[in-house]
Amino acid sequence: MSTIHQSWYEAGARERVAVLVDRGSFAEFIGPERREISPHLAVFDLPAQFDDGIVVGAAMIDGKPVLVAAQEGRFMGGAFGEVHGAKLTGLLRAAKAMKRDVVIAFDTGGVRLQEANAGELAIAEIMRAVVEARIVGVRVVGLIGGRAGCYGGGGLIAGCCSTLIVSEQGRISVSGPEVIETNKGVEEFDSRDRAFVWRTMGGKHRMLIGGADVFVGDDTAAFRQAAMAALARPASLDATVLAAEQARLARRIARFGDAPDATDIWSGLGVDDPTAVPAMPADRFAALAAAHRENADDAR
Amino acid sequence: MTPADILDSLFPAGHTVTAEGNLSFGTGSMSQTRSVHVIGAGGGGAIGIDEAIRLADHVLELTKDDHARPILLLIDTSSQKMSRRDELLGLSEYLAHLAKSLLLAEANGHRTIALLHGGSAAGAFIATALACGTLVALPGAHPEVMDLPSMARVTKLPIEVLQEKAKATPVFAPGLENLAQTGAIAETCDPALPLVDQLSALLARHHAGYDRAALGQQRGGRPKARMIADTVLKLAQARG
Repeated sequence: MSTIHQSWYEAGARERVAVLVDRGSFAEFIGPERREISPHLAVFDLPAQFDDGIVVGAAMIDGKPVLVAAQEGRFMGGAFGEVHGAKLTGLLRAAKAMKRDVVIAFDTGGVRLQEANAGELAIAEIMRAVVEARIVGVRVVGLIGGRAGCYGGGGLIAGCCSTLIVSEQGRISVSGPEVIETNKGVEEFDSRDRAFVWRTMGGKHRMLIGGADVFVGDDTAAFRQAAMAALARPASLDATVLAAEQARLARRIARFGDAPDATDIWSGLGVDDPTAVPAMPADRFAALAAAHRENADDAR
Repeated sequence: MTPADILDSLFPAGHTVTAEGNLSFGTGSMSQTRSVHVIGAGGGGAIGIDEAIRLADHVLELTKDDHARPILLLIDTSSQKMSRRDELLGLSEYLAHLAKSLLLAEANGHRTIALLHGGSAAGAFIATALACGTLVALPGAHPEVMDLPSMARVTKLPIEVLQEKAKATPVFAPGLENLAQTGAIAETCDPALPLVDQLSALLARHHAGYDRAALGQQRGGRPKARMIADTVLKLAQARG
């Protein structure tokens, strides 16, 4: 066994798939050799990529058959265009038809603006496909810890998954920092204050408030281990789960709706020294989170 | 048409829709024997965590109603609320929760129909109108993913260039006609005719949740989405 640490954050989509699945088990659908490129980027004189920035296929994880998708955050910020989105939609429809669990490695800024309307619809179609797959009992596990984070419509898709695994780098939000600052001013959101951005949207905060389920270090092997565990957890989506989520999210507003900063929320959760959280190593943070976090079990 | 005109034209037999800020709730009677649930998100307001949790709560309550009556959403919003507080508390979860509530209602047998009569943008559009099984619009509705000036900033292209490119493709520019070509809008209603008849026709028509990619292909706005999704589905099933 190799013990060399490999950063999930630094890895590309294909490297992530390679470490996530059992060796040699991956079969890609509509791979780059098919050259199914975006039909729209040429209008903007932008280069296309042969896989349109997403890898989808079938594989085994710990001997269990799964469907896998990984976004390439280094191409167009991992954004959802027509082809990119349709590959994930098709994979999720297959998951429903085959009752096969899905693992999605998110790395996205949201909708690809050069094909904004197609991307927006793709997000809606993916969310529908996630929900329909989950209703028949399929697990949809999201992994978030890439360069682009998980923003815009990507954040909404993540919110439909049965389990979310995050690292500290796994920022989840709808509007990005720059978009809020542009629209509402620097007083509302200072996108250049990186510490503020990370404690407001980063993986540690999401883990503590119940916006994510499992926290791992920035390590590809840790993501694989966490995915294996998530694929063994029970998962369902029905009226009972959504009623529990309703109660969970309403309680969050009641408890923390007036909190001015993430550190106030962490303090309210019982964390003794919230200022120590951002610099805390992953294993120590995971232990702290286990003791104090809101969890979303059977309520997502 | 004003929101009051729309309700009158939809429900000649009366309605109980009452406002709660920019949101509204109630039932509308299409005839003496036929009614639908009505949910409004109006006033051009943004959808933040407070709006999303209120709307989802109502949808989940309706889902307990085993008559499976249709749910009609009347939409005139801006985008998701852009604020530090809403993002801090996890807006993505709240919008996803609202969308899941609508999708589960549909899976449980409620027809979900959105009538877009004003604006709607970005995450608010996804979590409301696009989470319904059927989306129709009135002329003058103005859906968008992002306005052209903001798009110009993000794409680093002059707005004149974007306006010129928008003439060549419906795929990125805001507006009802562009969204319709990509398949988002099933049809545009005729405000000169009673909306109740148009709603009846929609409810009578067979509906499959996957219609939008086919419409986008027919109308030319999304040439590849349907083929790509179908191909991945077939390849996955063939591999077993």
